[in-house]
Amino acid sequence: MNTIKLQKLTFRHPYLFALALLVIALGVNFYLQPNLFEQRVLSGNLRIFMPLMILTAGQAIVIMGGGIDISVGTIVSMVNALLVTLITRDSTAAEIILAISLGVGAGILAGALNGICVSFLRLQPIITTYATSFIFAGIALWILPRPGGLMPSELTRLYRANPLGIPLTIWVAAVLILLWVGLRATRYGRYLFAVGGQAEAAYATGVPVTLVRFSTYVLAGIMSALAALALTLSTGTGDPRIGNDMTLPSVVAVVLGGTRLSGGQGGIAGSLIGVVILGSIRNIISFANVPTWWQTFVDASIIIVALAGPGLVRLIRRRGQSS
Amino acid sequence: MKGLKLSPPLVALLLAIALFFLGGIVRPGFANYSQAINIVRLAAFLGIVSAGQTLVIISGGEGIDLSVGAIVTLGAILVFRIVDGQNSMIIPALAVTLLAGAGIGAINGLGVTLVGIPPLVMTLGMAGVVQGIILVVTQGELIGDPAPLMSTLISKPLIFGIPGVTFIWIVFGGLIWLLLNRTAYGKQLFAVGVNRTTARLSGVRVPWVVVATYTLSGMLAALGGFMVLGFTGSVFLNLGDRYLFPSIAAVVVGGTVLAGGSGSYFGTMSGALVLTLITSLLTALQLPEAFRLMVLGLILLVLLSVYGRERGLRQ
Repeated sequence: MNTIKLQKLTFRHPYLFALALLVIALGVNFYLQPNLFEQRVLSGNLRIFMPLMILTAGQAIVIMGGGIDISVGTIVSMVNALLVTLITRDSTAAEIILAISLGVGAGILAGALNGICVSFLRLQPIITTYATSFIFAGIALWILPRPGGLMPSELTRLYRANPLGIPLTIWVAAVLILLWVGLRATRYGRYLFAVGGQAEAAYATGVPVTLVRFSTYVLAGIMSALAALALTLSTGTGDPRIGNDMTLPSVVAVVLGGTRLSGGQGGIAGSLIGVVILGSIRNIISFANVPTWWQTFVDASIIIVALAGPGLVRLIRRRGQSS
Repeated sequence: MKGLKLSPPLVALLLAIALFFLGGIVRPGFANYSQAINIVRLAAFLGIVSAGQTLVIISGGEGIDLSVGAIVTLGAILVFRIVDGQNSMIIPALAVTLLAGAGIGAINGLGVTLVGIPPLVMTLGMAGVVQGIILVVTQGELIGDPAPLMSTLISKPLIFGIPGVTFIWIVFGGLIWLLLNRTAYGKQLFAVGVNRTTARLSGVRVPWVVVATYTLSGMLAALGGFMVLGFTGSVFLNLGDRYLFPSIAAVVVGGTVLAGGSGSYFGTMSGALVLTLITSLLTALQLPEAFRLMVLGLILLVLLSVYGRERGLRQ
């Protein structure tokens, strides 16, 4: 009886386990870094998380729709290269807005390419987006052959703003979650879960499966472009490979946040929590004085334990019941 | 296309041959005997690394192994250190390396079956752990030496100018074929890949088959590391990374469906040949890196759309 209740609870709120993990991670982080919740430190930390948060939101949509996007990191690189090439220190406001629109446009095009291949041509998502990641990585290198470029300081200062005394990242996260809550309530939201859960059944009941699948990749493309904007403002410069290593963490964060890789379930709030957990683990390792050579090992081991968490709880529960 | 029933592995093999001669037309001097031998040699390394990936993907259940790259690196570093230039240490070093790979693979398998972690993130996390182990053990200092006998047997010309790894790969391919088609494990693996419930109901111990598969994958990746070391003669910290996604691509290009339940190692071997040919051809064309990447991506997309397609929802 009790287990059924718990299962229902975790099904309705898949991010509950993530929330527990978050509390533990932040608790340990706070113990090791007592000034963690001071405004300056907190908003500094959050600023570092923001690009991955935006990227992960896009990845989460694709995964909920039953796919996966291995190319998001290279889209970040591509848009970053585009932005630093188009925006210079003496760009006017209109030019900057145009550049950002072009960046988002590039993200949409990249996502549309993925979407066409996966939904209309019915190619296997993981290997298709791996193939397109070469295309985007190539374009990034073509636009910006070597790291460089400088963003106007007015723009980078904007990124450091704390509107109403609340760090910008919190605002961004709140907007992302609100947008998601709104989207989930619409017909599109129901379609998304239907397509991710049971594509055949969804098709049989008249859900436009191909179109919904296509749209998830376009959304991921847009989010990748916005993540690139955040990253560009955060670093103030360009690097044609800057985003490539963000892809796999975005997948891990989604799973840590309680979204199943098989699709049809999940949410954005959990995925954002997943990003904060990943960042918090990094903080813990650096403040716990883990020897340099051990850091990668400890980091990866904690992530595996965190991923194993829900499964281990289930396993222990089953053992407890059978005995 | 309906009347024409070519199996994907055969298509891939024909494509490889066509690409080779196309290379000769685009770049005179590309299609000669020594280049052919060189390409088969390079493909052999990718092919051996991809063998475990093939098994894992056939096992289904979103099966994929993202730890093979890190295990290749670990395997090469272990052999490098243990052998330390002595031919007599090759066998012990190989044994230790295969055991280490199998152990890591077994943990992957247990994480996937017992704990229920999705294979993609389980093996991705494991890749991080293996990378971490490498850093802890080496502390960034890569001491050791490959044994002279290794490069003699693996990468130097053995008979008719053909290097040993080619023969090893052919024998290896035969063994994997036997494993898949002539053993109880092979039959159970396909059964598990097609449908886990029916496999379980017909008496297959599904968790054991899955754990065995990931264990084999780890072990074969470690073997790949041994082979790669025999070719490069030196090690570095991300030696195996460049084999990770190509190992998946080789499997898919060879006609094994990512959903599991069907496929062959012959397909993967052809896939490895095709991928190696494409990369060699693009290198021979001396395109700038940006364009080389774009063309590679486009060719991969075309290859996938030829026969990497999933069934339509209407069917």
